[in-house]
Amino acid sequence: MIEFFLGHYAYWFVLILLAIGLYGMIIKHNLVKKVIGLSIFQVAIILFFIASSTKWKATVPVLANHHEKIQAAAYINPLPHTLMLTAIVVGVATSGVAFALLILTYRRYKTLNETELLKRMSEEDAE
Amino acid sequence: MKERRLRIIDYSLLLIFLALLIYASLGLSPRGDLNSWVNREESVVHSPNAAAYYIRHAYHDTHSPNMVTAILADYRGYDTLGEETVILTAGIICFLLLRRKRRKNKKDNNKEIKAENERSRK
Amino acid sequence: MKEAENNPIVSLIASIVSPFIMLFGLYVIFHGHYSPGGGFQGGTLLAASIILIRLAHSSHTGQLQFPSKLGTPLGSLGVFIYYGTGLAALWWGGQFLNYAFLPLAEEISLRRSWGILLVEIGVGLAVMAILVSIFDDLLEEENHD
Repeated sequence: MIEFFLGHYAYWFVLILLAIGLYGMIIKHNLVKKVIGLSIFQVAIILFFIASSTKWKATVPVLANHHEKIQAAAYINPLPHTLMLTAIVVGVATSGVAFALLILTYRRYKTLNETELLKRMSEEDAE
Repeated sequence: MKERRLRIIDYSLLLIFLALLIYASLGLSPRGDLNSWVNREESVVHSPNAAAYYIRHAYHDTHSPNMVTAILADYRGYDTLGEETVILTAGIICFLLLRRKRRKNKKDNNKEIKAENERSRK
Repeated sequence: MKEAENNPIVSLIASIVSPFIMLFGLYVIFHGHYSPGGGFQGGTLLAASIILIRLAHSSHTGQLQFPSKLGTPLGSLGVFIYYGTGLAALWWGGQFLNYAFLPLAEEISLRRSWGILLVEIGVGLAVMAILVSIFDDLLEEENHD
């Protein structure tokens, strides 16, 4: 029982972060808070992959002494770390484009509140 | 009243999502277990496991002790190329959306646009 | 938006610290072989050193070191270095992005090592230029008001 808890507690914390990100995206009314919720969601996914790549009693995937025999069980799995480097930078690019779109929306409609924005857009279509 | 009903639906959807994910995470193998299928030497179909191959052959193939850089730039260099293209595309999108000369007077604009339309009609 | 007064203490400390951050970023790029690091990490540190100057000084002083019209061309240059290394491998008889065919050293593993270094320089340059360019785009409105 205690071993089950020790093996799974990291996943539960990451799932709580996922729920917080989704809460920000669905329930908040301000558009900037929705973009922040999206960013929290992306970071939680990255943490999930990195938390699942560890091995018991293994070290960082950098060879300290490259003349002795290399055992695959002594180094943690380097493949998810590599893929998540890509994911982090893609997250930054996505946030940059999202904020650029928010700036253009504010210039056009002069509001960043979701209900107010929908009202003004439907008023413009009615004209 | 409609607002409060939608709020209840939103919160209940969030809780159902969290409950489903926690139920799905109970079936994952424990973290760091050396006998799970990810950490073995052979995969399910008896081919060599990718991570174990990269760990064992990274120094011999690329003369670099850092396995993560060797995987990122040599074994999976194609993915890094695609990712750099994504960064460049995002930079060009922000450039095209936001760097414009702001027009000072809106009335002059409308007159200019009307004059251009009349000229193109003739 | 109202122009904020620049605090002289913050400006001075930012000017002193920024070259050291840039040097550390270059160190992280070039030591991607031997310690944790590489192109993306070093590129982000270089971008941080340039954005620090822009945050701490007025808008005229921030453009002196790295003008904002240099952002996208340098980013394209970085991607061009990456594609160029791959196409150079095609030129010398191998497959795309197979660094064993570039004539940079004698042993095959040393050739791959030099190929990795070239590619990481390209990636670091592109990431730095595009991050600074996105920052400048988001602040574009202030320079016109």
